[in-house]
Amino acid sequence: MIQIDGLSKWFDLHIANQMHVKPLRTISFDVEPGKFMGLAGPSGIGKSTILKCIYRTYLPSEGSIWYDSAVWGKIDLATANERQILHLRRNEISYISQFLRVIPRVTAVDIVAERLTARGVTRADAIEQVKLMLQRLALPEKIWDAFPATFSGGEQQRLNIARALISQPRLLLLDEPTASLDYRTKTVVLDLLHEAKKNGTTMIGVFHDLEWLKQIADDTVTLDPSVHAAPLQQV
Amino acid sequence: MEHLQININDFDDELSPFDGIDHTLTWKDEPLLKVRRLNKKYGSGCMLCESEHGMSEKVNRCPNCATVWAMRNVSFDLYPGEILGIVGESGSGKSTLVKSLYFDEVVDQGEAYLQAYEKQDTNIFELSNQQKRFVRNHLMGMVYQNPLLGLRMNVSSSGNIAEKLLAADHRHVGFMRARASELLNQVEIPISRMDEAPKRFSGGMQQRVQISKALANRPPLLLLDEVTTGLDLSVQAKVLDLIRRLQRQLGVAMLVVSHDLGVIRMLADRTMVMRNGRVIEQGMTDQILEDPQHAYTQLLVHSLL
Amino acid sequence: MFEQNYNFAFLDEASKREIRRATLKAIAIPGYQVPFASRELPIGRGWGTGGLQLTLSLVGKEDVLKVIDQGSDDSVNAVSIRRLVEDTTGIRTTESTEEASIIQTRHRTPDHPLRNDQIMVYQVPKPEPLRDVEPSETATARMHGEMDYSPMWLALYENIVKYGNMARGADYPVMINKRYLMAPSPIPRWDNPKFHYAGFLSLFGAGREKKIYAIPPFTHVESLHFDDYPFEIENFDGASCIDCGSANGFLQVIPAKGGTWIHRCSDTAFCLARRNASLKNAEVQA
Repeated sequence: MIQIDGLSKWFDLHIANQMHVKPLRTISFDVEPGKFMGLAGPSGIGKSTILKCIYRTYLPSEGSIWYDSAVWGKIDLATANERQILHLRRNEISYISQFLRVIPRVTAVDIVAERLTARGVTRADAIEQVKLMLQRLALPEKIWDAFPATFSGGEQQRLNIARALISQPRLLLLDEPTASLDYRTKTVVLDLLHEAKKNGTTMIGVFHDLEWLKQIADDTVTLDPSVHAAPLQQV
Repeated sequence: MEHLQININDFDDELSPFDGIDHTLTWKDEPLLKVRRLNKKYGSGCMLCESEHGMSEKVNRCPNCATVWAMRNVSFDLYPGEILGIVGESGSGKSTLVKSLYFDEVVDQGEAYLQAYEKQDTNIFELSNQQKRFVRNHLMGMVYQNPLLGLRMNVSSSGNIAEKLLAADHRHVGFMRARASELLNQVEIPISRMDEAPKRFSGGMQQRVQISKALANRPPLLLLDEVTTGLDLSVQAKVLDLIRRLQRQLGVAMLVVSHDLGVIRMLADRTMVMRNGRVIEQGMTDQILEDPQHAYTQLLVHSLL
Repeated sequence: MFEQNYNFAFLDEASKREIRRATLKAIAIPGYQVPFASRELPIGRGWGTGGLQLTLSLVGKEDVLKVIDQGSDDSVNAVSIRRLVEDTTGIRTTESTEEASIIQTRHRTPDHPLRNDQIMVYQVPKPEPLRDVEPSETATARMHGEMDYSPMWLALYENIVKYGNMARGADYPVMINKRYLMAPSPIPRWDNPKFHYAGFLSLFGAGREKKIYAIPPFTHVESLHFDDYPFEIENFDGASCIDCGSANGFLQVIPAKGGTWIHRCSDTAFCLARRNASLKNAEVQA
């Protein structure tokens, strides 16, 4: 499904004093369709960077990310053009980050429903699906029509998960999705992820909590500081 | 006034919803607007600055002949239904760019092709004045920073919208009023005030009337030039929400010019960074904001409060 | 009295030729305003010099001239113009619409039907129909060139919004040959439909503004109107002329004693002809 081959990422910061930051050095791994690949390693090792490179929030500096898309077949996400990436983001790839970054002044229900309406589902149908999802995630019904900016961390996180899972993506990228959730909700999220896996979603995830990771991951890549990270370089 | 009672149902066919976004999951990649190597200069130009690499990227004024290049080899594609943001500091040529696309400014060189126009293969800058007027009225909408440029302040708000419809050869007062009330309703102007002149409106309302005027003939392309600059924060938020909602509802492609990265972050799918009349970086908005490549873009992003 | 020799029809031949040339161009492009070098005349600018120059350049020795002012043959201005032409050409003038070959007029078209061999000459104060909506001459020239008349339409729309109708009296703009917007001079709306596929030639002269334009015979002339707001001529609610009893002519509304109104034909020649005819009828019957 996805083959990462010699992926590196570095930042050239031109402002202040010229700086060359290299958070990620040549990493390679494959993920089979329908499998869950866990990423492990100490903080700052570049786990999130990998996910952001796949989602193309970061422009990969080196290497390739071969993804098996529904539209074009095999495509290198590292070099695909913006239009292709936007199309994949809308239809195939979802990303759950640690933080909810959404458009302000849109209600919780609409934020999630938007994912569906953008793909042609009628608004009424979309809202029905969204309500079911929010119910499962135990998001209090009274805040469904409120603006997420006012939500607690846990509520925002659940909304984030709902947003990513509702569209049943082919590839799901998870960046600490359960970080700020209580035990009960964590179990629900895990159920949802199992369910998505059963439906054929391929997943790559970073979990802070290795116990939880073990429960869902089929395989784990452990990033080694001596190999995959490089110290800050002053140029 | 009884004679002006609006009955929208009379015009149901004509007022049916906009064509809207193309929801199909299939891949289509035909740009709505293709812009190629647009140049605009103030001055005569000389051997040095006319040549391909004759001028440094760091200046827009030729050191030899003092010609100022407001736009230099600007090229980009805009796809149907997408929002393309253009950021840059003042004087970077972003307003010149949208104004030349709306034929408010004359370009010196360059081509632009509009897929929605029947003559797809004709450079729109080479059209006759009448054809340009057709393109302006039917295929584009423009919202200026200053409502004075986009609105007739002494004419009623519905009249401002009617002006666009009249230019598109509509000659039915009832239809025009129904359409105007539909549009004003969309931008949340109370229908009871549709016959009031915009000069009596607040800045935010004027901007909303301008947006509805730009949308009068359901153009596939909307040009927004610093729409929220100069409005206070809460009004700014309202106008931005409106633009976003309209874009979702109508599926109109937008070119959003702003110096405000917040506006771009909220609206744009893709972003183009301009400086000294050149496009220095293009990419997805989140990528531009989180992983800017060009030194200037990094400076811009890190200036964000 | 001392004798003074003027050229035939006051103007010198070269001037007349130049005006005729402009007139021919105007006829060739219906509704288009042709600029010309307006001459000095022994009457003041704004007193019908445009129409008079057209008349003077048109008259031949066999022509019969009629001059009307707001429908009346007897106003000071009409009489003065008639005298001037008589004195400088020696041609015959008339008050009868039927007899005349050239009719110079201000603010009216005769109510008596015109023949194809008659020529109407209108005196025009403001030849530019777009002047009210666009002050710049360059801009109006461009608008005519590109047929961009939406500001005019917008003005009509605004009147409908404000007053419920198009609220324009005299000088109601017309579209000539589906191409040029034209000001028909300040004639009442009543006279507008008379232009549509008319057999006679209409010439318009604006002396102060130095423009000549024309409606050639058998030309499509349409008064501006919306699909749901049709063009309407003046309505007199079935009133008729107090003198001749006509309800078919344009009527002047005159306040009378006791707060009432009386109506009288605006076209004096038309009224007179009808009264003469009814007198004759009475005599025949007697």
